[in-house]
Amino acid sequence: MTTPVLQIRDLKVTFTTPLGPLVAVRGIDLDVHPGEMTAVVGESGSGKSVTFLAAMGLLPRTATVEGSVMLDGHQLVGASPKLLRSIRGRLLSMIFQDPLSALNPVHRIGAQISEMLRAHSSMSERAARIRAVELLEIVGIPQPGDRALQYPHEFSGGMRQRVVIAMAIANSPKVLIADEPTTALDVTVQAQILEVIQRVQAQFGTAVVLITHDLGVVARVCERVNVMYAGRVVERADIGTIFDEPTHPYTRGLLASLPQAGVDRLVPIAGFPPNMLNPPTGCAFRTRCEHAMDECSQRLPELEQLGSSMTACIRAKELVGR
Amino acid sequence: MTDSLLHVHGLVKEFHLKPARGAGWKKRIVQAVSGVSFDVARGETLGLVGESGSGKTTVGRCVLRLLEPTAGQVSFDGVDLATLSFDELREVRRRMQIVFQDPYASLDPKMTVGASIAEPLVVQGIGGDHQEKVVSLLELVGLSADHARRFPHEFSGGQRQRIGVARALALDPALIVLDEPVSALDVSIQAGVVNLFDDLQQRLGMSYIFIAHDLSVVRHIADRVAVMYLGKIMEIGPAEQVYEHPTHPYTKALLSAVPLPNPRVERGRSRIMLEGDVPSPVNPPSGCRFRTRCWKATELCSMQEPELQMRADGQSSACHHPEG
Repeated sequence: MTTPVLQIRDLKVTFTTPLGPLVAVRGIDLDVHPGEMTAVVGESGSGKSVTFLAAMGLLPRTATVEGSVMLDGHQLVGASPKLLRSIRGRLLSMIFQDPLSALNPVHRIGAQISEMLRAHSSMSERAARIRAVELLEIVGIPQPGDRALQYPHEFSGGMRQRVVIAMAIANSPKVLIADEPTTALDVTVQAQILEVIQRVQAQFGTAVVLITHDLGVVARVCERVNVMYAGRVVERADIGTIFDEPTHPYTRGLLASLPQAGVDRLVPIAGFPPNMLNPPTGCAFRTRCEHAMDECSQRLPELEQLGSSMTACIRAKELVGR
Repeated sequence: MTDSLLHVHGLVKEFHLKPARGAGWKKRIVQAVSGVSFDVARGETLGLVGESGSGKTTVGRCVLRLLEPTAGQVSFDGVDLATLSFDELREVRRRMQIVFQDPYASLDPKMTVGASIAEPLVVQGIGGDHQEKVVSLLELVGLSADHARRFPHEFSGGQRQRIGVARALALDPALIVLDEPVSALDVSIQAGVVNLFDDLQQRLGMSYIFIAHDLSVVRHIADRVAVMYLGKIMEIGPAEQVYEHPTHPYTKALLSAVPLPNPRVERGRSRIMLEGDVPSPVNPPSGCRFRTRCWKATELCSMQEPELQMRADGQSSACHHPEG
């Protein structure tokens, strides 16, 4: 295995709230390898977005970040604003669910992309404009020369997401973090955007972290999967293993709850996600887990190798046999 | 249709838009629904699927007369709703209910859950012991009697949706329009609410119109499915039939775009990649509305609008070049 380009170690994120400290991310280790498409899946509140907002240094001041995030030799936790500014958009880019909020409504698309290029290089204005049009073409925008002169409101949702991808890859970053990039889009447009992300990944050799709740999207495009629950990674494996031989009870529950052809009755996971102001002791999933025992409340399970998966469940080994 | 509960024929709904800047006072009209016809049988679930702007939500609102249709006929249990007076309509509305997507927005934050559930009974002037009815409704949707005294903010998303369902059930409706009822919920929670809809239908025998953009959920719950695009039904038929053997190119493309949670199947199958986005409903294409994105489109498609035609038992589609 190659050296990871992004290495997260024991990351903890705590928000100060009027109701007390809320630990949204509770100790995460995660590696992203060059050119790889990694999925981070989990339900709302599992900490999947917060983990990467912390890596980008984009969390509000109410958040305390501990641990280590190494990107290409730079430590991002506690880095100076100046260093972060030089890294964001150059080595590490992020795109979001709502592309409109990432675009300035009063500037032309082409100018916004060239700004991104010129912020990180000594490129001339003219060269940047030409490169901006090329980038629009790479992400599949028809008539890129004309479109570069238009404003964000003149683009449809799918086209805006393409523009944002063009901006994100303008400086050929090592890692692109895509946070629910297709959730707001119609399914036929989602298919197009996933194809653009795959193409960009292949063409630029960018490592992509895809944050999503949609296991179908994961099955289509990702190679490795991290399943998050209550601020922890509970299972990690390659794509085939996660779907064929899930080991963590949460992963198994998640897969069983999906409507699929030929399934007569869905199997929901009992209960609901924990309140992160006051998470259960030990394994956070135990309150919803049909296999929970007394021991599960004693200590926080760590990720351990089981077959070809890493799984954080003390009973996983005996349960897998069943 | 043997025992039809709801009959919709030639439904049209137009909305007036503000005149475009610089276009003088020319009225702009968007036809959100353009001539939609379907039936819903007793105890049946009709799935209504489509992308944004397809008009599926507008159809649901017109059926309940939450929106006044511009043209067309909606008959409920043999009665044409357009002919009814306000008071008569209120009587009929008892038997038609709706559950919305956002369970938090559809519950009054300052009312206890019990009061919210009892409100339809009060509005309809039904006497008797509401308390008892509320408790039985809460138990029916998998909640408990002591939840009646609590407020919406004390519940999780899935529980709130159950409260919305309990309120819809208060008047023993024969038809419930479920408008994206599980799209705001996480999958592990969504499964429980979908099962609840299944169970309630088995016990109480009401019909559902299940409106959703998630095709996998619709396949699971619907007996029949109608696929909409830009205000028209492109294909309608028994759910398994439509999913297994789509005859309209749009249905085929839509189904192939849905990512399936199985990497082997998902990576092995061929995919039809549609180009572009759904055109604006303000200015839909001439002839077949799907032709601008269709790989089979010919000149005929731009000249003549295709009618729904029977392709197989109970399955119809509107296309000049149907899939074999």
